[in-house]
Amino acid sequence: MTNSWTDIKNADLIIVMGGNAAEAHPVGFKWVVEAMQKRKARLISVDPRFNRTSALADLYAPIRNGTDIAFLGGVINWLLSNDKIHHDYVKFNTDATFLTKPGFDLKDGIFSGYDAAKRKYDKSTWGYQMGEDGYVKVDETLQDPLCVYQQLKKHYSRYTPEMVSKICGTPQDKFLKICEMLGEMSAPDKTSTICYALGWTQHTVGSQNIRTMAMIQLLLGNMGRPGGGVNALRGHSNVQGVTDMNAYAEVFSGYLSAPTDNDDTYEKYLKRCTPKPMRPNQFNYWSNFPRFFNSLMKSYYGKAATPESNFCYDWVPKLAGGFDVLHMFELMHQGKMNGFLAQGFNPLATVPNKNKLSAALSKLKYLVIIDPLESETGDFWQNYGEFNDVKPEAIQTEVFRLPSTCFAEEEGSLTNSSRVAIWKERAVDPPGEAKTDSEIMALLFMKLRAMYAKDGGAFPDAVLNLAWDYAQPLEPSASELLREINGKALADVLAPADPANPGAPRAVLVKAGQQVPGFAMLRDDGSTACGNWLYSGCWSEAGNLTARRGLDDPSGLGVFQHFGFAWPANRRILYNRASADKDGKPWAPNKKYEYWNGKAWTGPDVPDMRPNAAPEENVGSFIMNPEGVARLHAIGMAEGPFPEHYEPFETPIGVNPLHPDNPLAISNPAARVFKGDLEAFGKKEEFPYSATTYRLTEHFHTWTKHARLNAITQPEAFVEISEELAKEKGLKHGDRVKVSSNRGHIITKAVVTKRIKPFAVNGQQVHLVGIPFHWGFKGQTKNGYIANTLTPFVGDANSQTPESKAFLVNIEKV
Amino acid sequence: MDMHRRQFFRVSAAGLVGSSLVAMGFSPAAALAETRAFKLASATVTRSICPYCSVSCGMLIYKLGDGAKNAKNHVIHVEGDPDNPVSRGSLCPKGAGVMDMINSPGRVKYPSVREAGSKEWKRISWDEALTRVAKHMKADRDANFQTKNDAGTTVNRWTTTGFLMCSSSSNESSYLTVKVARGLGMVGIDTQARV
Repeated sequence: MTNSWTDIKNADLIIVMGGNAAEAHPVGFKWVVEAMQKRKARLISVDPRFNRTSALADLYAPIRNGTDIAFLGGVINWLLSNDKIHHDYVKFNTDATFLTKPGFDLKDGIFSGYDAAKRKYDKSTWGYQMGEDGYVKVDETLQDPLCVYQQLKKHYSRYTPEMVSKICGTPQDKFLKICEMLGEMSAPDKTSTICYALGWTQHTVGSQNIRTMAMIQLLLGNMGRPGGGVNALRGHSNVQGVTDMNAYAEVFSGYLSAPTDNDDTYEKYLKRCTPKPMRPNQFNYWSNFPRFFNSLMKSYYGKAATPESNFCYDWVPKLAGGFDVLHMFELMHQGKMNGFLAQGFNPLATVPNKNKLSAALSKLKYLVIIDPLESETGDFWQNYGEFNDVKPEAIQTEVFRLPSTCFAEEEGSLTNSSRVAIWKERAVDPPGEAKTDSEIMALLFMKLRAMYAKDGGAFPDAVLNLAWDYAQPLEPSASELLREINGKALADVLAPADPANPGAPRAVLVKAGQQVPGFAMLRDDGSTACGNWLYSGCWSEAGNLTARRGLDDPSGLGVFQHFGFAWPANRRILYNRASADKDGKPWAPNKKYEYWNGKAWTGPDVPDMRPNAAPEENVGSFIMNPEGVARLHAIGMAEGPFPEHYEPFETPIGVNPLHPDNPLAISNPAARVFKGDLEAFGKKEEFPYSATTYRLTEHFHTWTKHARLNAITQPEAFVEISEELAKEKGLKHGDRVKVSSNRGHIITKAVVTKRIKPFAVNGQQVHLVGIPFHWGFKGQTKNGYIANTLTPFVGDANSQTPESKAFLVNIEKV
Repeated sequence: MDMHRRQFFRVSAAGLVGSSLVAMGFSPAAALAETRAFKLASATVTRSICPYCSVSCGMLIYKLGDGAKNAKNHVIHVEGDPDNPVSRGSLCPKGAGVMDMINSPGRVKYPSVREAGSKEWKRISWDEALTRVAKHMKADRDANFQTKNDAGTTVNRWTTTGFLMCSSSSNESSYLTVKVARGLGMVGIDTQARV
């Protein structure tokens, strides 16, 4: 979330799309209800199903799954055509005035620079024109046909209400009503927010779904403002924190880009990761990259990390291409992986194409499951009849199952969707011999380290020198780990030399041995260590700020500055400098947040700006971008700088109505497809129905089926279909049905409902099959098939998040 | 009258018992002495956070057991924490059932191994489990560790063992798990955030 759960109450309009907050995040949704009750905010729900969020909405519009960019692109077209944008905000806070390169183009749904064989773009024609002064060229009048604003207008002019309706199946009157409602939010005294979840991410165009909405929020002037923002309603309680702690291949703690084979030297790596400002006077926060990276290396390698050793840069593993979960299972399936550890993760039930996963796991030499509960993955080798029909004797994988504690049995901090880290105490003893994840990792690592110390082995240096200064090396405590994450001064941190008097002694800002108060104190010379710069400040000399329980909210805007610690720097709304206009004044009296008081930035939040940066210095609000502004044209995206609608890889209409004559542009041309998986995609002739997976309010993934109370409330698997489809297939409510995709089948019960209606799309009728995915062959619920048997093994072109929300199935009575 | 909810229950329960007993001829003072305190009153309360979705609702976990060395404690009740500014005392059907997850019969209690080709789990000690896992990891790492790529660039990576990490684990244990995995040279690292 750029904003926070409690900030939703400040919105004038809330759109829930790509999510179903009323059922999946019921308690967070109360802030939507609060806005509706207290300030007469309106709620829009756009979803393939009439769900419980829709039931509370002022306006519900159906949309075919997998067509969100067409819908949102249509909104952009409407806003630009009807001039319903927040002009001053757009000019000041976006790259609308920036000039793009003359060679940039979109032909038949493919942007310039495409290499069909590699399924990749050469991006040299994308991006901005640079002037001789080293800065991007701009046109303040917005008239140049190459400026981003004009390019944007041109790109989305094709997304007419007729086209939106043709692709999405959304009735035009509903679409236009939503455009009008959103258009009203371009007024300076109005803000609207978006709440989305996995309904947007689990697509091969997932990142672009979110980007399109972010662009709308920029055009409406809603970013960095109370009641605005782009709010991802995230999954697990600490999915935010675990992402921040770099538990995925591409980055290090705090989103520091991980080195790849191209970064063959330390200098080259730092150069790539440390951008230069693209416009005059910009903050360009990533210029601090070396401070953050070197401090992390001090936390990892301690005394061995020195300027002379390039902070042990060579010890850091270089990324060998993508190593996301799909890629790992692909390697495993090819027999290129020997070992696998899964900590509190049940991939067999969570990752697409269960049969492929099962075959892959069967090729491993060893598998280690660290989990508080028995999981399907741990038992993948066991025969559970039709639900898991395998031969144990044929599976040679050695499987270890290690009991870990659950949340109530360990202390530590969790970071919620609002980016607020909150400390919890240990409430109860674990059952049996269960141990915390930290203790298990420490015991395992100490064993490995002892083996390397005694017998040597491949590259032992990094193993032997990993900093491990914990009071109890076999059981590092959560508090000393959080202090390590926060960072400390290893030598006195001195103030920069005074240019007027360079010989004068420099003030000591942080004494050696003290916890740093924030990331501004981190240095690149080895004098500081910090496990995650984003969390710096969470455990300063003032103590553990994540354990704060203050409920004071002086502004009344839901800004609880003394409850937990929000990263970065305890900031509750990101980019909040944009809550004021160019001169530092609030956009409207009723939307006053951070503002310039003549001497400093002030307001209820921690300003997202150098506190003394006067408005006339012209420092842009989007300090993390070297442009200083937010990007409407983003070259970082794999499939194009402007989002374009592409069909799901398994499309029920078999054509992209925007580009009916170009087979290359049917589905995302830049998405990665593994060999063999292309053949595993189903075609509409054999699998005519569009399917999506989703969650129920009573269950959390495949986890709560182990809890009796939840098992009682939703005991058994089912799929939802419309009355129309039921009639067509001769199905009744409660019938046993076989749902199959090109990858396998599940047998389950049919729930016939009015919540789902067929879509009228591209001159045909498209039926939806809704598949809740909570069941499996372990737990207190009735055993059932794993829903992810059906889902396709293909991911978003940028994030590799699998396309579980749009694929093809057939359904028959059994 | 300003009264907390618990006080209110206590007073009203006492009032009810008192009045009906008075009607039967007993004195209220004797009846009050018979009133048993709520079990929750003798429970220890710990503030926690719901492990499920990212609203991260505040929870109060009540356990029996006085904290003495050999007293086995046990969760008997979980309710929403009214002093959490986001959840304000609410829990959804997932969180409200969390006690049954903590006490689930599906909890794994001891380390165990399923040998190659076997049809069953076999209980083993922590030491045996971790020694065997460490041996597997070292053998795989030593056999497949890449110090340089084909171009001669130092890469120091281990690609043949992967690690999926947990999005309900704490920040601290995630940090430590990643530190160990990267320290060993692993590049195959991922978490539920991906899916």
